[in-house]
Amino acid sequence: MTEILAGRLRRNNHAGPATNRSQKLGRNGGALLAIVALLFILIAALAPQLLTSADPDAVAPVDAFQSPSSTHFFGTDESGRDVYTRVVFGAANSLFIGIAATIVGLGLALILGMLGGLGGRVGDFVSTRVVEVMFALPGLLLALIFIAIAGPGVVTSTVAVGLSTAPGYARIIRSQLRSVRNSGYVEAATVLGHSRLRIVVQHILPGALAPIFVLGTLGVGQAIVWASSLGFLGLGVAPPAAEWGAMLSSGRTYIDVAWWLTVFPGLAIVATAASFTVLGRALNERTRQGGLG
Amino acid sequence: MTDPSDTTAERLSTRPTARLRSLAWVARRIGGGLFVLWMVATVIFFALRLIPGDPVDAILGGPGSQASAEAVAQIRTDYGLDQPLIVQYFLAMGKLAVADFGTSYALKVAVAPYVLTQLWSTLVLTIASMVVAWILAVALTLVTSGRGGPARAVGSGLELLAAAVPHFWLASLLIIVLSNTLHLLPPISVPGPLGLILPVITLALPLTGFLGQLMRESLANAYEQPFVLSARARGESEWGVRLRHVLRHAALPGISLSGWAFGSLLSGAVVVETIFARPGLGRTLLSAVSIRDIPVVTAVAILSALTFIIVTLATDAIDRIVDPRVAKQ
Repeated sequence: MTEILAGRLRRNNHAGPATNRSQKLGRNGGALLAIVALLFILIAALAPQLLTSADPDAVAPVDAFQSPSSTHFFGTDESGRDVYTRVVFGAANSLFIGIAATIVGLGLALILGMLGGLGGRVGDFVSTRVVEVMFALPGLLLALIFIAIAGPGVVTSTVAVGLSTAPGYARIIRSQLRSVRNSGYVEAATVLGHSRLRIVVQHILPGALAPIFVLGTLGVGQAIVWASSLGFLGLGVAPPAAEWGAMLSSGRTYIDVAWWLTVFPGLAIVATAASFTVLGRALNERTRQGGLG
Repeated sequence: MTDPSDTTAERLSTRPTARLRSLAWVARRIGGGLFVLWMVATVIFFALRLIPGDPVDAILGGPGSQASAEAVAQIRTDYGLDQPLIVQYFLAMGKLAVADFGTSYALKVAVAPYVLTQLWSTLVLTIASMVVAWILAVALTLVTSGRGGPARAVGSGLELLAAAVPHFWLASLLIIVLSNTLHLLPPISVPGPLGLILPVITLALPLTGFLGQLMRESLANAYEQPFVLSARARGESEWGVRLRHVLRHAALPGISLSGWAFGSLLSGAVVVETIFARPGLGRTLLSAVSIRDIPVVTAVAILSALTFIIVTLATDAIDRIVDPRVAKQ
């Protein structure tokens, strides 16, 4: 999906701002909805007690497999644990992995992208080949092998997801840095006789930073989806902890009797991923129109 | 920007050089592809040796086996595991160069024919998904593109949701609704076309979302091009403009991304094949990594990389055909 973002960022100059008024209003409304949803998720992640008074790990075998009701909004699971509470408490894990994985991916990509965009011919050759090799391997294969080496867990799946998203980011950052390097103000700085390092730090990196920030926002949602896929395959966070992917994985066993174990954690993932995408697009629109502020 | 058909005359006049240039391009790409394959094999070779545990255990069927020390030593020699790592590496690369993928540690069968059968099953799944996704995306964008606010809002909302849905969740929802509630389709992938329906929908819908988002944007740009105005001035119908002129432009970014999309479908196949209990490359990979079946993992990695390289080459070639400007850059 990062490739798609690449296209989107590249076409910045061509796509005009939202022309028609109702369209603009619709986009702003969507962005507002996304921000509200994300605030809600952020509260769930930082202070889950505000949203639920129950204990996510409280086992009550008598109450197992209750369908959604006014006492258990999302029903209960095979041990009688409240699914709503577990979804709320799962936000922290999923959000942390999503954001941290995106940072890891962008960090790796920044190294590769800088090597390619600013490192001269040799640097560009090396970085392009590395990115090509990473692209040729399906992302999940990289992730699976990395997990096999490091053992499953939060940190491992974070790095695994970062690793598999890095090549896409690297391509975008490389072309971004290249276009900034060839822009008028960098040329002006060169003519003024500024040192190479100063030009890179003072002019090129800040120029490329806003698009990278947008890229990261758009990427977090996808990273959460990725991480939950790993959790679903049983390779993410260890089972007793509440993590959306892991919840879906254990809910799969009971898919014939308890649909709510599958539906609600999945809804949380989709809502989070879609909100980050909408927010990222709104930011993209703003950076297009000049500055993030 | 000009309409690609405007450059036809120019292309005709420079045909021999253009053909030579195309040949050089293909040769360069094949060389690059071989290099990438070699690097993939190298990375996989060393990465798999980093997985903790003794490969001999994998050959003997897990660490719990009660094999005697002589048997273990025998296997170590048979599989060349007693050689220094660098020797093992060159032996392995030598074998891969002649497409010898060896014997599976766990299944004790030749890897190449086994993995090729699995690849076939996955290819059927991914190609069908790709076709369905393209048809849906084109239909959705064409139908909702020229319309006013509501149709477009519904269209882009659907695309946004489709793109945000994880494969494994979509698969579970389809099973809950279509199999468990309505009893329309089998929850596991039975042989034949009937068993293909749910896995294909699962893989195709998120891809439809991505392609749709992409095409909508380029479609909007294409509508503003002068050639659309001139087509309209010639009196072409709205659908004539859409199908003959705008679609061609709108499809371009989608085509160049199909290579990437194919790679992501291979990742998605791991999940989909696991859920629907469907044989294929993805499920083979998952089990092979977990039991450390090095020859099988290596073969799957190289085959996926090869598929990716071929698909990328093909889509880039299609790109050059659909939009000759690409070749000039």
